[in-house]
Amino acid sequence: MNVTTPTGVSDLVAASLDRLGRNPEYLLQHLIEVQRHCSYVPDEAVESLATALDVTRTQVRAAVRFYAFLHETPRGSFDILLSDNVTDRMLGNGRLLALLCDRLGVRPGVPRADGRVTVGLTSCTGMCDQAPALLVNGIAVTQLDPARMDRIADLVEEGTPVAHWPGDFFRVDDNVRHPGLLLRNRATDASGLRTVLAMGPDAALAELERSGLRGRGGAGFTTALKWKTCREAVGDERFVVCNADEGEPGTFKDRVLLTSYADLVCEGMTLCARVIGAKQGFLYLRGEYLYLREHLESVLSRRRLDGLLGPDILGEPGFDFDISIHLGAGAYICGEESALLESLEGKRGVTRKRPPFPVTSGYQGRPTVVNNVETFLAATRIVQWGGEWFRGEGTAKSPGSKILSVSGDCRYPGVYEYPFGTKVHRVLSDCGAEHTQAVQISGAAGATLAPAEFDRFIAYEDLPTAGSFMVFDRSRDMLDMVRNFAAFFAHESCGFCTPCRVGSALLRNLVEKVAASQGSEHDLNELRHIGAVMRKGSYCGLGQTASNHILNTLDKFPQAWRRHLRSADYTPSFDLDAALSEARALTGRSDAGAHLEEEA
Amino acid sequence: MNVVHSFQLDGREIPFTPGQTIMDAALAARAYIPHLCHNPELPPHGSCRVCVVAVKGRHVSACTAPAVDGMEVDNGSEEVQGLRRAILQMLFVEGNHVCPACEKSGACQLQAVAYWVGMLTPHFTHFYPRRQLDASHPDLVIDFNRCILCELCVRASRDLDGKRVFAISGRGQDSHLVIDSRSGKLGDSAFAATDRAAHVCPVGAILPKNRAYAAPIGQRLYDREPISVVGDVAAHERGV
Repeated sequence: MNVTTPTGVSDLVAASLDRLGRNPEYLLQHLIEVQRHCSYVPDEAVESLATALDVTRTQVRAAVRFYAFLHETPRGSFDILLSDNVTDRMLGNGRLLALLCDRLGVRPGVPRADGRVTVGLTSCTGMCDQAPALLVNGIAVTQLDPARMDRIADLVEEGTPVAHWPGDFFRVDDNVRHPGLLLRNRATDASGLRTVLAMGPDAALAELERSGLRGRGGAGFTTALKWKTCREAVGDERFVVCNADEGEPGTFKDRVLLTSYADLVCEGMTLCARVIGAKQGFLYLRGEYLYLREHLESVLSRRRLDGLLGPDILGEPGFDFDISIHLGAGAYICGEESALLESLEGKRGVTRKRPPFPVTSGYQGRPTVVNNVETFLAATRIVQWGGEWFRGEGTAKSPGSKILSVSGDCRYPGVYEYPFGTKVHRVLSDCGAEHTQAVQISGAAGATLAPAEFDRFIAYEDLPTAGSFMVFDRSRDMLDMVRNFAAFFAHESCGFCTPCRVGSALLRNLVEKVAASQGSEHDLNELRHIGAVMRKGSYCGLGQTASNHILNTLDKFPQAWRRHLRSADYTPSFDLDAALSEARALTGRSDAGAHLEEEA
Repeated sequence: MNVVHSFQLDGREIPFTPGQTIMDAALAARAYIPHLCHNPELPPHGSCRVCVVAVKGRHVSACTAPAVDGMEVDNGSEEVQGLRRAILQMLFVEGNHVCPACEKSGACQLQAVAYWVGMLTPHFTHFYPRRQLDASHPDLVIDFNRCILCELCVRASRDLDGKRVFAISGRGQDSHLVIDSRSGKLGDSAFAATDRAAHVCPVGAILPKNRAYAAPIGQRLYDREPISVVGDVAAHERGV
């Protein structure tokens, strides 16, 4: 039931404040709570949170406007968002959206007049291996088909609370298809932690150094060096942050790690805490994985009972460490570590200036290690089994394995783990991909590979990847992928710097112009020009990589663009007839004479 | 004995003290690197990207990049100027900048920097956003059509005035300046004409009332000499 009365809202805010406290850092967590109960953030909540947390009301409002899952006006009691990654589109999410809207009598994004329901689209929800998928009131529903949409429409009309919807709607499979070095073994007996206590932090760090482990988030910074720098940095307090804001379109392997390997991830965070001397850790969980929160909380509680978290871990006096879960609220940029830290502090997720780096000035300006979920998992096993064990796989520059999220046109979408150095061919043949036209590696910000490149290999020195691996067969129009990614970046740009804020919108508009068969060679040159400006001029990695898919496809798949061109040279972007629509509306004319004649 | 540190800016030797950015050192040496969101009285921001320079083929913002001994900084090549031109063209199409009808014309930093980098057309397709004008304050007016999101007013109000009158809300193309008052109007906020934040806007977004044509066209800040000689709007507003 929606809370809408002012007293209801103030009770809700009061309860949230009692539970989480009055640190301004918890602003976003309070807002998520309010949103969940009210379907939006009412003005009363803005005012009372501003007062209670001693922040300005504009800071509260600015956060609401920044995060896609927070709203200033009411949504429906059932807030349904279909995942809109290109892989969802390839499986027909557009038809399912139309079907659901039709059944419920709503337009996308507009709440129904009776306040019952909203249906809209959202960025990739991390379910590409069991897509199409949606979120209902934040909870993931997978394997959508017309029958399931029909049933959902019925449940909404009946007013059946989401908690009482059929359980199999919410089934999320791991789909581990090819386990390797890390996924093969799920056993957790805290040996990593015991080892670090026995050998001491210096020896653990040396083992990590021997392993050559590099960050699995994509950038590939040496983990041992990160931990060492943080440990040596000046500060009265240190923090460990696990980046579980898995937002790159087409990636979902962290979802699996957090589901079935959560203890090993927590253990990795805990031994990092031991090494750097941190007392507090945060697991920043993307809002799309809200359904995992309860499971993760229970893992943390069990670990506290087992003496693996909390005071005097494993009986070691003074080894105190705990982890709290912070939720994201629909912002891709928060996967970037400094934006994630801003978000952890309750603010808009805008990237910070670097230097200083988080290892010296992170959460609350204190030394902080931010690592990916997979990195913490690997660290646990390295401390347990040794750096040499890890180095036994992979290449000299990229030791160990990489966990991939494979989706798109293949028979067996799911999670695959390979030694670094594995060729793209091998992944394609294992996942049952046929007639492959292209592979998009490392997500929307990654590289588009043509068949001639399928003997390249996955490694930091050749094809670095955070894990997303999307397959496109020959039946696909690559411009559909470009349209999806261009819209994605325009939606996800944080807006801080000029090239990304404006450039991503310009790119989206030009791509749509070409797709609407209104483009010319001139527009393709413009796309290259804007793409290059964004690459060189943008403030952070988002803007610097946001045009990759356009530049890559222009180079490697020119026909995908050319066949949409209207004329070879130049087509104006100014549409005179559309510009007259305002005059028509003002004068109330709709006769033929008020329209331009379509050119012959 | 003091070690002398220096780098090359388009072949000119610029001394610096460790900890200074390229921009700090250039400003101290009176060498001009175009910029909009930078103001030496406030911590560097790095958002407008107009001060982009090339160092060993890498592009960095001069206002945030630390100066390094012996580095060669490209501030004037056609490649760098072309990049800045495109960034300025982006700013021009994103808002509604109608120079001939703007009372700030001639004393506008956006316009002056655009001239300096040789930007003669807006080039990209205009967004024509629908934005408001807020004249609710007795002494000041704010025209959101001209805001370039440099956050100078946000930072000046917070860091120099201790007030937090402004903030940036939204994200991406929805990013916009907001005012901290219950109604969201400037007139209901704590903003005052004496605030430093009232005198740092590089464009015609925040303007004093009743002073529009006090300086006639032809005698305005950048009418006689280019911005590389005249300097920032904020530097001239100080003490006004």
